[in-house]
Amino acid sequence: MFRVVSDPIEDHRDEVALRDESLGAVITFEGRVRDENNGKTVTRLDYEAYEDLAENETETIFEEAEDRFDVGNVAAFHRVGELKPGELAFWVGVSAGNRDPAFKGCRYVVDEIKRRVPVWKKEHYADGSSKRINFSKKS
Amino acid sequence: MPRDKTIRLQYFANLREQRGCSDEEVTTRAETADELYDELVERHDFDQPKSSLRVAINDEFRDWSSELESDDRVVFIPPVSGG
Repeated sequence: MFRVVSDPIEDHRDEVALRDESLGAVITFEGRVRDENNGKTVTRLDYEAYEDLAENETETIFEEAEDRFDVGNVAAFHRVGELKPGELAFWVGVSAGNRDPAFKGCRYVVDEIKRRVPVWKKEHYADGSSKRINFSKKS
Repeated sequence: MPRDKTIRLQYFANLREQRGCSDEEVTTRAETADELYDELVERHDFDQPKSSLRVAINDEFRDWSSELESDDRVVFIPPVSGG
């Protein structure tokens, strides 16, 4: 399952069932807001999402991960709204029979969501300026 | 002769900021998503090159050459930056 949420992701993680007695590995990824980017002090990130398409596209990515890496359960959340440094913006959890497909599947889901899913961020800096960030321009 | 259609547009990120609103209904004779974007560039001076955008129709990514039907929900997708 994938959901876009406007309240803390921490409040939703219990809704996700990754574990299963047949699955020996669980990998989770937390993407948090950094207080610095390109030498500038970040004070806030504003995230927005095209929710319906984000959900459709993420479900496609989950199916791809299941086909390629033999993962068990996959779940993700992306938060929208105004976030401060340190806050959790993006969370992915993947379980699998053992660690190799779990690591690979988690990496795939994180990378593909960042590359394809319609979510946008705008960075606000301590000097009062702001900038839209494109994934294609950074690693 | 193409007929008028009503298209529901939604804007995100820099396109939303340039347009000054999140959604609107437009009446157009554009037959494809490609033609519709050209029309919007003329109307609103959007400076986002088409080559950097993707297009979604009714909540699915589609080709630029996709034909539009009345009441379609169309979103031009700027480069994404989630995560």
